Amino acid sequence: MLDDTDRRILRHLLAEPDAPNAALAERAGVTTATLWRRLDRLRQTGAIRAIRPRIDWRKLGYEVEVSLRFTLDKSNPRAFDEFTAAARQVAEVTEIQSFLGSVDFRLSVIARDMAHWQQIYREKILTLPHVADSDALMMVSTVKETQGVPI
Amino acid sequence: MNVFAPDATDLAILRQLSQDATQGAAEIGRALGLAQPAVWRRIRRLTDAGVIAGRRVELDHAALGFGVTVFLGIRLAAKGRASLDDFERAVTAIPEVQVVQHVLGQFDYRLRITARDIPDFERILRRRIMTLPGVGQVEANVMLSEERRPGPLSPLTPL
Repeated sequence: MLDDTDRRILRHLLAEPDAPNAALAERAGVTTATLWRRLDRLRQTGAIRAIRPRIDWRKLGYEVEVSLRFTLDKSNPRAFDEFTAAARQVAEVTEIQSFLGSVDFRLSVIARDMAHWQQIYREKILTLPHVADSDALMMVSTVKETQGVPI
Repeated sequence: MNVFAPDATDLAILRQLSQDATQGAAEIGRALGLAQPAVWRRIRRLTDAGVIAGRRVELDHAALGFGVTVFLGIRLAAKGRASLDDFERAVTAIPEVQVVQHVLGQFDYRLRITARDIPDFERILRRRIMTLPGVGQVEANVMLSEERRPGPLSPLTPL
């Protein structure tokens, strides 16, 4: 179970994931040694599932980002598993989310340009299994992006 | 914009980092059979070029008391179309709104919202979202699961 100190550390970590540990410790009101110990335990217990790099794909030449939404044919009980497994095989997929609602799945897909996007769409997206319906939202700009939760 | 052209070693380092961004250069070097200073220099170069833009903490949000994530699609009302600036200013000020993206397609904006539970989400939707300037049609989908993928970091991906 998390105590108040754990929660305080996590909230500050989410608000500023790039802050150095010393700054994080100060904001959370603990010593650096305590912070280390707590972070270690939070990772062991799975409260922190992973810390991964945030890659700016534009800097690597990926100019196009598409949010694809899918409704699956639910008559096949394996539809969700097989769709997920197939989506994982597409290298250009950066996020997979499943939903309760009119949409079953959402994929974030990146491409170098529109020609590359068209190629990915034809060869790797249209071939995904059990898709009943899909639509695409083309990213124009990110106005806000934070991992923080309200305190 | 300057595009950074990674070589196979840069991609290998990014793949290794994608598993755990807290790994040090020495650890990555051991995993890839590279010298620690060489790895350190390359990570530095990737960071300076902005390729590594920071860290993402993947959390069990329920453990923090935020068990519900909802994705919203918002279409602005056609009539008396409020300015995009007004909408964006208002929506980004909502603390529960984590992501705002301007998109083209069936919707004008997509939002990611974090809430304590469904009643909390309903409160945010009614009091904060439906009252935004120019808001029209809203579609909500409650997230069940999420997986972040490393992305196209394989050297086999045609450049």
